[in-house]
Amino acid sequence: MSWQWFHRLGSPRWFYQKSGAWLPWLGATALLLLSVGIVWGLGFAPEDAKQGNSYRIIYIHVPAAFLALAGYYIMAISGAIGLIWKMKLSFVVMRAAAPIGAVLTFIALFTGAVWGKPTWGTYWVWDARITSMLILFFLYLGVMALSGAFSREQSGDKASALLALVGTVNIPIIYKSVDWWFTLHQPATLKLTEASTIDPSMFYPLITMIAGFYLFYAWVLTLHTRTLILQREWRTQWVRELLGASSPARG
Amino acid sequence: MGEPAVPPRASTAADTSAPSASRSAFSRLPGFFTLLRTEFTLAVRRRSDIVNPLLFFVTVLAMMPLGIGPEPEMLARMAPGLIWVMALLATLLSQESLFRNDYEDGSLEQLALQPQPLYFPVLAKVLVHWLVTGLPLALLSPLLGMMLNLGAAGYWPLLVSLLLGTASLSLIGGVGAALTVALQRPGLLLALIIMPLYVPVLIFGTGTVQAALDGYSYGPQLAILGAILAVAAALAPLASAGAIRISLEN
Repeated sequence: MSWQWFHRLGSPRWFYQKSGAWLPWLGATALLLLSVGIVWGLGFAPEDAKQGNSYRIIYIHVPAAFLALAGYYIMAISGAIGLIWKMKLSFVVMRAAAPIGAVLTFIALFTGAVWGKPTWGTYWVWDARITSMLILFFLYLGVMALSGAFSREQSGDKASALLALVGTVNIPIIYKSVDWWFTLHQPATLKLTEASTIDPSMFYPLITMIAGFYLFYAWVLTLHTRTLILQREWRTQWVRELLGASSPARG
Repeated sequence: MGEPAVPPRASTAADTSAPSASRSAFSRLPGFFTLLRTEFTLAVRRRSDIVNPLLFFVTVLAMMPLGIGPEPEMLARMAPGLIWVMALLATLLSQESLFRNDYEDGSLEQLALQPQPLYFPVLAKVLVHWLVTGLPLALLSPLLGMMLNLGAAGYWPLLVSLLLGTASLSLIGGVGAALTVALQRPGLLLALIIMPLYVPVLIFGTGTVQAALDGYSYGPQLAILGAILAVAAALAPLASAGAIRISLEN
């Protein structure tokens, strides 16, 4: 068993060169799945018996919420890999994942609010799920703020990776505590919109959208990582050669 | 602690000079108590560090009735949350200086250079921080509860939940203080990164008081606060120690 791929993966240059080949495929599949899912979900899936057409926002809301949570773990795990194996690339991935995750969390919150108005009659409820998503958003912002606060890039990397890891311990606790806090004091009257079983005709477009969001996330993460790699490594020979023709002014 | 009979750092002076295995297992603790005493003396001599968080706590709570109106029923409803949030803010604001002086005069670096793990020095500092801020805050809270028209049933739960909760807050905030110690003006950043981590403590802390006021048993909430404290005491100093090493590299 050779660990060569693992060591190669630590090299931003290797990643940059390899990922260039994956990018078009990743992007094309993501966009294809997303457009199929959107048209299917918004145009052809049946209307909900109770909520009418307003439920269709589920096709954005649920995948965004999925990725917002998964994105936090991707960020924290790549931060941990960076801390443990001192891998340059994983810190770059961590930094790239933070703003993407924050935007996805915001999308989930925003679409949730838009969906809440026609169904719950209010934009915002301090419900367990909503509150914990809001705190997740703050955690993302904290990691971003901390990573930008250090003058030395490596210190910012390590510090924000540590913060992301501490946040990982906290996410399940926050979720549980908020859940409990809600159920203790208010009866769960607002849950009537949450369908426990979903009809296959609505489920398949949703699954398509979730898969599309995952691929789209991977695509954007790779793009952002590549940009950050270029920004960080602009002094190195290979970046200069790569950009030499277009921007000779730097350096 | 589950220390092995032969410590992994067998080459350090303290371990080789220890006459028996049982002594070497505890050889770190005298250092811990010396550090605790030093830190406590230092904290007591910097009076403003003790008094300011308390003054902040009392002053802001006194602003609350002016802002939201003096109706006793409304104040009574809001009292547990107000007192808890203000205790949280007072802890947070006082935390910025937790490692600051030691970082600036270089003693933090000396501590980090020692062969012993940083866990115990960090624990000592956090413990002293709690003794001079969390403990007085908690002891003061029934008085403020009375002023905010909190029901008498809530006094004990408020006191006990604040005793347990502020200790967790000190421990968790220590991680943030260690992460930001190398920065020029960490105040707002510290609040931004630490507030989300305070959420569970806040929820269970106010939950304790609310349950007592509603006439329910508040044991479960206190037990969870205790559990959070146990986990934080075990893990937070480790994270702070790692954060200190990162900050020292900056």
